[in-house]
Amino acid sequence: MQQRDKRFIGVQIGVALAALSIGILLGPLQALDKASIDLYPFLKPLIASYYQGVTLHGVLNALVFTTLFITGFHTFTILKGLQKPLRWFGLAVAGYGMMIAGLILSGYTLFANQASVLYTFYPPLKASPLFYIGLTILVIGSWMIGWSQLATLWRWRKENPGVRTPLIAMGSAVNVLLWQLATLGIAAQMLALVIPWSLKLVPATDVLLNRTLFWFTGHPLVYFWLLPAYVSWYGMLPKQVGGKLFSDSLARLSFWGFLVFSTPVGFHHQFSDPGVPLLWKYVHTLLTFMVVIPSFMTAFTVIASLERAARDRGGKGTFGWIKNLPWKDPSVAGQLLAGFLFFFGGIGGIINASASLNLVIHNTTWVPGHFHLTVATASTLTFMAITFWLIPYLTGKPLYSVKLALWTVWTWFVGMVFFSGGMHWLGLLGAPRRVPLSTATYTANFPEWMLPKIFTAVGGVILFIGGVFYFIVVIGTWLGKKKSEVEIEVPVAESELPPAKTPAWLDNWKLWIVLSLVLVIIGYGPVLVQLISNFAPNAVGGRFW
Amino acid sequence: MEIHRYEKIWIAITISAVILMLAAISLASFGLGLQLPGVAGSVDPAKLAQTPPFDKPGVYQITEGKYQVVMVAFAWGYNPNEVRVPAGSRVTFKITSRDITHGIFIEKTNINLMILPGQISEASVTFKDPGEYLFLCHEYCGVGHQAMAGKIIVEPKP
Repeated sequence: MQQRDKRFIGVQIGVALAALSIGILLGPLQALDKASIDLYPFLKPLIASYYQGVTLHGVLNALVFTTLFITGFHTFTILKGLQKPLRWFGLAVAGYGMMIAGLILSGYTLFANQASVLYTFYPPLKASPLFYIGLTILVIGSWMIGWSQLATLWRWRKENPGVRTPLIAMGSAVNVLLWQLATLGIAAQMLALVIPWSLKLVPATDVLLNRTLFWFTGHPLVYFWLLPAYVSWYGMLPKQVGGKLFSDSLARLSFWGFLVFSTPVGFHHQFSDPGVPLLWKYVHTLLTFMVVIPSFMTAFTVIASLERAARDRGGKGTFGWIKNLPWKDPSVAGQLLAGFLFFFGGIGGIINASASLNLVIHNTTWVPGHFHLTVATASTLTFMAITFWLIPYLTGKPLYSVKLALWTVWTWFVGMVFFSGGMHWLGLLGAPRRVPLSTATYTANFPEWMLPKIFTAVGGVILFIGGVFYFIVVIGTWLGKKKSEVEIEVPVAESELPPAKTPAWLDNWKLWIVLSLVLVIIGYGPVLVQLISNFAPNAVGGRFW
Repeated sequence: MEIHRYEKIWIAITISAVILMLAAISLASFGLGLQLPGVAGSVDPAKLAQTPPFDKPGVYQITEGKYQVVMVAFAWGYNPNEVRVPAGSRVTFKITSRDITHGIFIEKTNINLMILPGQISEASVTFKDPGEYLFLCHEYCGVGHQAMAGKIIVEPKP
């Protein structure tokens, strides 16, 4: 890989991890609040309230870290898969510049307590216009990097007619497409509704239309977080455990399944919303459940690849082979633990999407409990595990400490079991999310919340320790000495059947893109027409913090 | 396309599971009546004081054992924030917001609603057992969010 591209990827990953480091710092504050330890008064004037802290935690971790890391990682996987330099490099660098500019604008308003609206920023809570403009610029910048990545793929496909796109590049490019399609909702929300309203060009806004456009983007966003982990689990992890990918065809089918079923599903986040016709809530429920199929296929293919590799290493027994996997490799251990916890994240997701069950858990702590298994484990722990080889590859410096890297992933795993377990449990007992329970007026009415709250707090502190271990490894590696004899191999898995045997329709990009667009039009077209024809901008809103 | 036999079996299991789960949801939603809130009308949040029924929030008896609660949510409270009904009552809530987005979750029930300015949220529940049922706001609505709550007092049948 060209030095130029390596450096570009390194900068993207580096800034992403810097955002994560601040986001993680704020995590234990929320967790300790559950144990009635309110540290926020000590943080004034730096952080004004619990709500400012949660906003920073959510925006920096779930929006900034993920987006920056994923654009960087996909730049890497697309270039590595195709063995090409990045095309339209200037455009990508300009896009990255915009992302950073957007980050600085929004970041300023967040720290200045001008945008304590949480990472869902539901209008008519009204943040500083700079917050919305910054986030919009960040997304447009990410599109530009995406165009550059897709142009690289386009050129490669022209030069290699009839050849199957290498899997890691294919899965990554699908995710880039997913992002471009999904963010249309939030772009429309920002440009047509939120920014004019926050700039006082219009006096009020339509809350339901805002929420609908937000969730058009909001759910595919979670697949956008997840698919880079899938790229690694399908395309890299089999190699890291000394095996091969079990099925190239099903891996591809699963990526396309995520693209097709990613977007027309947002109403399952609005089951409790008034004003959304029931028909569309159930149509989206049906489409949401379709994602179960590629998810279960992934579970099968990835576990089959792992099992074959483990049996080749002498593994025996129905489950006994698991211990023959290379657990001493922190990158492998991290991904295995992430995948294991993701199983529970997936089951929880099915519960959330089950319309009637959703009434029990909507907006309780169950929900953050759930997405800490998905984005904060399946994605984040996998991303951490990836950096254990990616940072040495990009910098030419060996990993600072394999042992501490192993401690990182196990600590994260144990912390998450407590934290997420506590949050799920607490949610089932009816505790609301996004509330500082230490100061809430009704906490004393619920003595049964005590035990799960302690679980959550203990888990949060353990997670924080895991985060500290992680950043010691990252910074230690980064500041370490270059060793030219250390040649880090990028793990790219082969498949048991050569990709050439994979049918051509699984590499027919037009087919799948058209199919995705058609489903989005079916799933959102009529209801958006209805909401827009009922357009009633009557919520003035304001700053309530 | 070559698909391993085990994979075919697995995909068949997956598809059957999806069908089964969707059947269960349909049964719960349409058979057992665990229905989601739908469209219950819209209202201008600036004109609530002139718009029935929100001009007079309160508890109204419709017929024997049937009540309607007309409620307005605001930062940071509910009007009314205390509701009294006899045990065994079927209570329909009609709620909207005067300012920003709120929510309501009534403990020990399936009432879990978003409350949006401009929209009317509606849901019904039967309170079988006497006692106090706390309700609280579950959508972030600013610095007083953690103090936004109220209660339903279900009185024993006379």
